[in-house]
Order: sequence, then C-alpha cells, then structure tokens
Amino acid sequence: MEAFTTHTGRAVPLRRGNVDTDQIIPAHWLKKVTRNGFEDGLFEAWRKDEGFVLNAPERKGATVLVAGPDFGTGSSREHAVWALQNYGFKTVISARFADIFRGNSLKNGLLTVVLPQETVEALWALTEADPAAEITVDLVAREVRAEGVTAPFELDDNARWRLLEGLDDISLTLANEADIAAYEARRPSFKPSTARV
Amino acid sequence: MGRTLAEKVWDDHVVRRAEGEPDLLFIDLHLLHEVTSPQAFDGLRMSGRTVRRTDLTIATEDHNTPTLDIDKPIADPVSRTQLETLRKNCAEFGVRLHPLGDVEQGVVHVVGPQLGLTQPGTTVVCGDSHTSTHGAFGALAFGIGTSQVEHVLATQTLPLAPFRTMAITVDGELPAGVTAKDLILAVIARIGTGGGQGYVIEYRGSAIEKLSMEARMTVCNMSIEAGARAGMIAPDRTTFDYLEGRPNAPVGADWDAALEYWKTLRTDDDAVFDHEVRIDANTLTPFVTWGTNPGQGAPLSSAVPDPASYADPSDRLAAEKALEYMGLSAGQPLREIAVDTVFVGSCTNGRIEDLRSAAAVLKGRKVADGVRMLVVPGSVRVALQAVEEGLDKVFTAAGAEWRHAGCSMCLGMNPDQLAPGERSASTSNRNFEGRQGKGGRTHLVSPQVAAATAVTGTLSAPADLSDVPVLTEV
Ligand code: SF4
Repeated sequence: MEAFTTHTGRAVPLRRGNVDTDQIIPAHWLKKVTRNGFEDGLFEAWRKDEGFVLNAPERKGATVLVAGPDFGTGSSREHAVWALQNYGFKTVISARFADIFRGNSLKNGLLTVVLPQETVEALWALTEADPAAEITVDLVAREVRAEGVTAPFELDDNARWRLLEGLDDISLTLANEADIAAYEARRPSFKPSTARV
Repeated sequence: MGRTLAEKVWDDHVVRRAEGEPDLLFIDLHLLHEVTSPQAFDGLRMSGRTVRRTDLTIATEDHNTPTLDIDKPIADPVSRTQLETLRKNCAEFGVRLHPLGDVEQGVVHVVGPQLGLTQPGTTVVCGDSHTSTHGAFGALAFGIGTSQVEHVLATQTLPLAPFRTMAITVDGELPAGVTAKDLILAVIARIGTGGGQGYVIEYRGSAIEKLSMEARMTVCNMSIEAGARAGMIAPDRTTFDYLEGRPNAPVGADWDAALEYWKTLRTDDDAVFDHEVRIDANTLTPFVTWGTNPGQGAPLSSAVPDPASYADPSDRLAAEKALEYMGLSAGQPLREIAVDTVFVGSCTNGRIEDLRSAAAVLKGRKVADGVRMLVVPGSVRVALQAVEEGLDKVFTAAGAEWRHAGCSMCLGMNPDQLAPGERSASTSNRNFEGRQGKGGRTHLVSPQVAAATAVTGTLSAPADLSDVPVLTEV
C-alpha cells in the first residue's frame, strides 16, 4: 500500500449527501477482474450530465473530493475506492462515511477524513468560489488546512500509523501466526466446516 | 456488568488483543462469490500465499449468472470471464465451489444458511454487504471489502475496530398481511440510512421471536441499509429446529455440544445497549419506498411526501432529487403508482417462504396487461422445493416468468434489467438510482405486495384485491 503523509491539491466540491457505491461505480463495472482501469466508471451516470462538477475543465487534475454526509453507503465493493484512486483522488472529506467504505479506503491508502458539516460547507464555499484553491490534508498533524480553514480531524493511532508507513495488513497479522495457531488448536469441533458431507 | 449477544460472540473469537491495536478476530466461515474475489486471489498469488483454511471457505456464483438458458455459454464475455476466473481460482487454491448448474448454486446468502453452514455464535464474512443476513442465526456476520477478503483467505482472521450496540425491540403482533420486509423498511425509515452507523443491531422483542428463520433473515439482511455493521437475533428453538439435519450442521456429540453453547448466546439481563429503539408491531402496515434510498419509505396507504415537509435541508434536497429521478410528485397516493415490472427474488426475499407468499396471492389471478413479472428463486434448492410444491405452475399460469436462481434483477449485472424510465416493484433491498438498470426506478416491497402489484398494475397490498376476480379454472 502507498504511504500517506501529507497531501495538497485542488478540490472537487460534491454537494450531495448519501452518495452510494452504486453511484461511485455502477455494478456493470464490477465485472473487471483487475484493480485498475475503473477511472471512467467513476460517477458514470452523473458524468453524462455536462453540468456535473467533475466535468468542469477547471476541476481537471483535482485530487481532493469534498462530499456531503454518508458518503460510500450501500455495497461493500472496494471497486468504489479503486475508482476514486484510479481517477486521481488521494483523499475524500465528508461529515460521515459508511463503515465498510471507510475501512476499504484506509486499506488502500485513500485517506478518508471526517470533518464537521460546517467545515465541509466552508470548503465547498471556498473551492466553488475559487477552483484553484488548494486544500492540504496533513496526516502527520491530523489537520486539514485551506484558506481560512484549519480543522483538526481524528483517526485512531493504529490506522494512522499503518497509513503513514504504508504497511500491509496481512504481513502485520502473519507476524502473530502463533496466536492464530493457538486459537485454532482450542476451537471446538462443533464449529462449521465447509468440507463436503 | 452483563454482555450483549454481539459482545459475547466477539469475545469468543479474539485471537489477539493488544493495547492500541484493533482486536484480531478469528473467522469461522468465509463465503466467496465471483465479483469481489478475483483481485483478492490475485493478491495471494502475487505474494506467494495460500488459503489458510479451505475447510472454512466456500464459493458460489450468483451476481453474473443468467436466469435463462443456463446450459448455453454466457453471452456477455465480461461476465463469462469473471465466472471463469472464480472457477480457476477455486481450483488452484482448493476452495469448494458451487458453480452455475450445480444443485447447491444460488445467492451466497441463501446458500450458506440452507447448507447449515451459518450457525449461532460464529463469525461469518463475505465480500458482500448483505452478509448481515446470517446474523439471523445469532452469528456476527458482516460484509468486507476485497482487501479484507484477501486478508481472511491468507490468515482466517481480521483486525476489527470495536462496534457499538443497538437494540431494536419490536413487541406486539404483526397484523395480518404485514411481513418482515414491511417491518424492516419501517425501521430504516425511522432511523435513517445512517442511523445504524458503527452499530451492531440486535433485533429483539416478542414480534421478532415469533418470526420464522426466513423472516429473520429478511430483517437482518437489510441492517446494512440502515448503515449498521451487522444485525443479529438471539438463537432459539426456531433456529435450532431450522439447523437440525442440514448437510453441514453438526451431528451426534457435536450437535449436543453445539446446542449447549448456542443456548448461552443471549444478551444478559443486566447488559446495557449504547442505543435503544422501540417499535410497536401492532401499528405496522404494508410499507413501500418512494425514493432512491431504502430510508425513503412510507406506508402503502399514504402519499408521496412533500420535500418541503422535511426540516433538515439535506433531507429536503435528497427528497427533491429522489422525486425528480423517480418521476413522482408530492401528494401522489402511493397506491396510484403504476409499475412496468415486478421482481420477486434476491437474498432479501428469494427464499421458499417468500415464493409461497407471493404464490398465495397470485393463485387463480393474472398478472395485469403490460406488466412483466420475474420470479427468481434465491437458490437451486429453493427452485426445486418450489417446483415440488407446484409454485412454479402458479406463477406461470398467472403470466409471470419463472427463472433460474441468482441475483438477477436485484442489481442487473446479468441481462435482467430495467430499461431507462421503467418502474419496478421489487422485493430486493436497494432502490438506488440505476441499481436495477440505467435510469430504472425501483420501489422496494414485500413479496405479498409485489404479487398484488403485479395483479393490479399499481402498488397494492393483497387486501386491495377483493374486487379483482379470482379465476376459478386455474
Ligand atoms: S441478491 Fe442482490 S443484494 Fe443479495 S447478494 Fe445478490 S446482488 Fe447482492
């Protein structure tokens, strides 16, 4: 996983709440068997509308998505995270994320930042008025900065450490292989097994 | 202090607990399907890892499978590749697979329970958000992303952040014609699509205890639509009776030991939930959605709400956008909304009891002119049972299409889709924009409401059918 320390970039203000994963990447894109090539599927239905914010030429190359509350609700598809990353987003800011989406994002190094809705509104106002305005998401200081905005955000120490170091969860877990083996040894025999009967 | 059911199951699966780290939990059962697994197997291959516990892993094909002509090659090359990739991966890594054409094939959340694999007090995961279904057995069951699928394949564990607990207590008696689906739609409308966020919900109370296993699965299935991590119901006699004798259920001394453990899986009297919601079952009526998220629902007897009536500006905006997308106007009676398609199926309502209740309404009646009705059993086993009971004949005699098992129009990854602007009454779980096909408009309903709607052509409950003659010759 790519490490995340601090990132500065232009933003896409997405004034919508409850952006579900079917909107982020529609189901027909899920037939791919790779982790890349999802950029054209990102917000596919909305992008058909010329007025959609992502289509504005001045938003090209933006890397910070500032969205309404309850971003990433719905299905567990990690493709939603890959689509955002394939398109070029490094971080998403919202007042509230759906749990599975949040977990998926942090596992892939896409930093999801929870800020109060008032701060999100301030970032919308700033970046709508000035598309060139930059937002800095600083994971070291756990702080979001932009013109007129300095907002601390929370992220638990463990998740932060893994992101800062770009650590792979599986290797971390396998370092505790002895614990897994010990658990397996004491697991009752009545537990389910998928062995054919 | 006592512990809740969810906390007990969690505690029993802790492999490692360390200060400042998330708990590492053991996973008892890992379900796989073709959509969220290919990149995980790829990851294993790239790092030279194997599947740690093939005996706790099982795969089936459901999302892409066609529901017609299943003996012919799959027409869509991309769908075909995805299924072939799963077959290749399962063969290479030694994972048990039930492919299209197999008697145990079907929607993954229908297959696990019917094999007896989903058991009380287990941890169950799948790269699919509706894994919450399995919580109906008192399992801690939740959807995971593909990175986590890879993690479970490699280690049979997951590091997990702690959850909060919520009790949704439903007391009383569900009135006649009101089902588990109506109940859960009403719950979601009440607490909202974000209301369960961070919580494991335990459904309890006398109305929940009276539900059959299948109805409990319908309730737990949609926990995720309220944003919850998982939904659970304490196992009881209903659960044990359902499991006994299933192919993968424990037998002999194991059954006795299991039963003894399962009976301990109840929230202690002195346990405290972080949040509690109470619902009176007696007040519930058939419930349908009018909007584009599962929280935008209302009693069938009511009307499309006026966005201006919402105090919260973002709710108001969401309602405005939903009405525009759905082609509805405020004040329109829900009963007057005409549909083009009726879909009965999915992991929410594609089990045998669902088909029985839809068939009971349709028996001797006809699907209205201009309405297409698709009945898609949740699994091949469900289909076989339905045929044995003659339900398929009831559906086809009424003019509905009887299809092969799979996810089908629940998300339209196969050819079963709505055309742009088409409207459905669907027993599935998501009414998101374009979920059932680009531009398609979905109303979530119970199987009974689906069947009654098919007969009248507009959103209806069975009670509305008194003036539609029953054809006696069928
Ligand atoms: S039936 Fe629908 S909700 Fe259930 S697993 Fe299939 S696509 Fe997902």
